[in-house]
Amino acid sequence: MSTKPKLYYFDGRGKMESIRWLLAAAGVEFEEEFLETRDQYEKLLQGGSLLFQQVPMVEMDGMKMVQTRAILSYIAAKYNLYGKDLKERALIDMYVGGTDDLMGFILMFPFLSAEDKEKQRALIVQKATSRYFPVYEKVLKDHGQDFLVGNNFSWADVHLLEAILMVEEKKSDVLSGFPQLQAFKARISSIPAIKKFLEPGSQRKPVPDDKYVETVRRVLRMYYDVKAN
Amino acid sequence: MSGKPRLTYLNGRGRMEPIRWLLAAAGVEFEEVYLETKEQYEKLIKDGFLLFQQVPLVEIDGMKMVQTRAIMSYIAGKYNLYGKDLKERALIDMYVEGISDLMQMILMFPFSPPDAKEKNLESIKERATNRYFPVFEKVLKQHGQDFLVGNKFSWADVQLMEAILAVEEKVPDVLSGFPQLQVFKTKMSNMPTIKKFLQPGSPRKPPPDAHYVETVLKVFKK
Repeated sequence: MSTKPKLYYFDGRGKMESIRWLLAAAGVEFEEEFLETRDQYEKLLQGGSLLFQQVPMVEMDGMKMVQTRAILSYIAAKYNLYGKDLKERALIDMYVGGTDDLMGFILMFPFLSAEDKEKQRALIVQKATSRYFPVYEKVLKDHGQDFLVGNNFSWADVHLLEAILMVEEKKSDVLSGFPQLQAFKARISSIPAIKKFLEPGSQRKPVPDDKYVETVRRVLRMYYDVKAN
Repeated sequence: MSGKPRLTYLNGRGRMEPIRWLLAAAGVEFEEVYLETKEQYEKLIKDGFLLFQQVPLVEIDGMKMVQTRAIMSYIAGKYNLYGKDLKERALIDMYVEGISDLMQMILMFPFSPPDAKEKNLESIKERATNRYFPVFEKVLKQHGQDFLVGNKFSWADVQLMEAILAVEEKVPDVLSGFPQLQVFKTKMSNMPTIKKFLQPGSPRKPPPDAHYVETVLKVFKK
């Protein structure tokens, strides 16, 4: 029996992708079980594996963990990606809260109508460039260090890189006003564990497509009529 | 200048209420600044107080903290309400996140259009009784202890207590199928810091009314 963490989710990004990023950044190998049918999901439910009847679920260290934020916090702390003290932790939590809010706008994007997608794309870019990216640009400029918090690689850096790449998928030149973030992106992408995750064949998932949307709707019997923010 | 934490938000529950609960439960006195006008809010942004241009804002220990979860995690960590190790922390985080999903439905409720209110109320009742309360009922039944995690008072207990009372305001008999939660509610109510918070005159805010909704829309309107 493997002691690798095992991830239960759809074969796609959704709420599990940040967890895949963080495990990969920590150099932790993991297994995945992909939900493809309603039956699989009901089996998980009946087996009592899903505390609040929801995925993501990650089996690790004898726990069946649910709630994305709880899982991420646990991984960050376990693998020393959570700062050296309470105050650094607070900064990391604040920064991750911001990138989480930004990625939240992108999470529901595939489920929107074509018309709403265009509006949402504009909203994503507007939020990224006027609310979120300027914050991280300033943080990096002010301290001049390679990493966001405590001059040490942390969860905040992984989460920001993930967010940057996701927004770039919606507008490829979105970093044009942010020289610090451009340098940050290049730096963090070249960290060996992250570089490996960015290569083809890794467990990183592609941009969600119609098949992904159809699978989620079919398995959860939800998200048929999602409105833009 | 006081060393007390200073909370900046509207004069109402919203996203600040769980923070008020947690500080109160920890026995920490705090000050509050209430946003009443758009101009006040815009000035806060202009003066660089709001990292992501949003409230809640809590000034504590020399930091201008934003992001509700970050603030709560810091308070829980500082005042020993976060378990004794990583695994207890993980349990507390799972429970708190679940409860937070339920509270989110209550948070948004006053802002639902009139024709959606009944449906949303039904959803709150359904989720509380079928998804969230059964979990905590079972946790308490299985270990038979007074508190949710590690036989010790934690952030998870405070959050659950707040949620129980918030749901009861909408669905008065919601605990009728949950004997463990009824006992839990009574025990929490009798804890000195919580008892004090539940008394009139405490910083606890009343349920949101039309005036609160109006203020929110006025202050944050684009």
